[in-house]
Amino acid sequence: MELLSFGKTGWGDELFYATLMTLAVSITAMLIGFFFALIFTPLKLSKYKVLNFIGNFYTTVIRGVPELLVIYLFFFGGSGAIMFVASMFGYYEYIEINAFITGSFAIGIISGAYSTEVFRGAIQSIDKGQFEASKVLGIKKHVQFFKVILPQMLRLAIPNLSNVWQITLKDTSLISVTGLVEIMRQSYIAAGSTRDPLFFYSFAAVLYLLLTYLSMKLINRLEIKYSRGF
Amino acid sequence: MDIELMINSFPKLLNATLITLKLLSLSLFFGLFIGLGFAILRLSKNTFINKFAYCYSYIFRGTPLLVQIFIIYFGLGQIEYLRSTVLWIVLKEPYWCAIIAFALNTGAYTSEILRSAFQTIKPGLIEAGKSLGLSSKIIFYKIQIPIAIRQSLPAYGNEIILMLKGTSLASTVTLMDLTGVAKYIISTTFKPIEVFIVAGSIYLFMTFLIHNLIKFLEKKYGFQT
Repeated sequence: MELLSFGKTGWGDELFYATLMTLAVSITAMLIGFFFALIFTPLKLSKYKVLNFIGNFYTTVIRGVPELLVIYLFFFGGSGAIMFVASMFGYYEYIEINAFITGSFAIGIISGAYSTEVFRGAIQSIDKGQFEASKVLGIKKHVQFFKVILPQMLRLAIPNLSNVWQITLKDTSLISVTGLVEIMRQSYIAAGSTRDPLFFYSFAAVLYLLLTYLSMKLINRLEIKYSRGF
Repeated sequence: MDIELMINSFPKLLNATLITLKLLSLSLFFGLFIGLGFAILRLSKNTFINKFAYCYSYIFRGTPLLVQIFIIYFGLGQIEYLRSTVLWIVLKEPYWCAIIAFALNTGAYTSEILRSAFQTIKPGLIEAGKSLGLSSKIIFYKIQIPIAIRQSLPAYGNEIILMLKGTSLASTVTLMDLTGVAKYIISTTFKPIEVFIVAGSIYLFMTFLIHNLIKFLEKKYGFQT
């Protein structure tokens, strides 16, 4: 227990901040994922074959390739890509991007692929009559989406989105390979300097369990809220 | 685009794919038994056994696979007592540590898949077996297990693909699997995109094969309800 005390002698405060970092990366990644889902879900549902192909390509490739490989691509390729763009504007200095940004972007793209599938499934399972009825009533396209489709979609999507959240939360442990100090990296550092890996990795497991448990409680409440009337 | 590097790295990556496939098949093999065992425990009427199996699957599904590998590879080596037992022959090898972690992990997911498959078997089928005078052992092995396996095929196919992606974590404990070799080539040549395309295509090809194999099995053994 001494090892977990706050202050200079223990690892308690470091692990606490690391947990906050894990949460911050997960939430950022989830939001980036939503952004990607917003772009790719319409592509997957589009009538045009080309757009369809782009949407399917994204979800198949990302869901078929290990997360770690995607993270390595971003970790090693991220600054190169930015420098390439910068060189087009005449900037040739070395640019290093922050591990937080690369990490949440890599995880975000992965979580986006899962979110896209969830949203596609949710939209497809809404009754066709709902689209037709709102069309007949002369409701504009964007009003139709926000007032008719989205509220019904959320009810269907939330249980599956909670799965995506769990996957995203667990995937953030992989960013530790890039050196971002989140739970896994902090446990690695602590285990290295105290020579007590069993304790620190088990503690990391407990922290992850705590995070998943608490977020499930929160999501269950949301689920109840959105399924009112059903 | 460095086409030459892509062609040169292909045989190296293909060689590493063998290790990935070995890891995958061994962990799936052990995982299936673990999963079946825990699924049966979950169905037990004894609350203690039931809770124990539930905790197992909750813990392994609620923590990242990376933590599980690190606990087994770095953590267990710390226990002095273990070092003196026969188990140490297995636990000092990163290869077996990875397989143990993967098997326990996939076992937890498999137990959930099988449990729900067991629970959705129509009670009428079991009652029919009973009224024919079959013993409960025969009902279990000849009626419940075959139906449960059929019903869990699609979900198990997903689990195989998840496990294939999971084996990439073996590279964090010094194993040179497909991802490990890809990382090595990336870090020596600094050409991440080319290597990603080659390694990614190999992974996608394997996912494609698994996906189609499961589809084929579903068609062959599936039945209309």
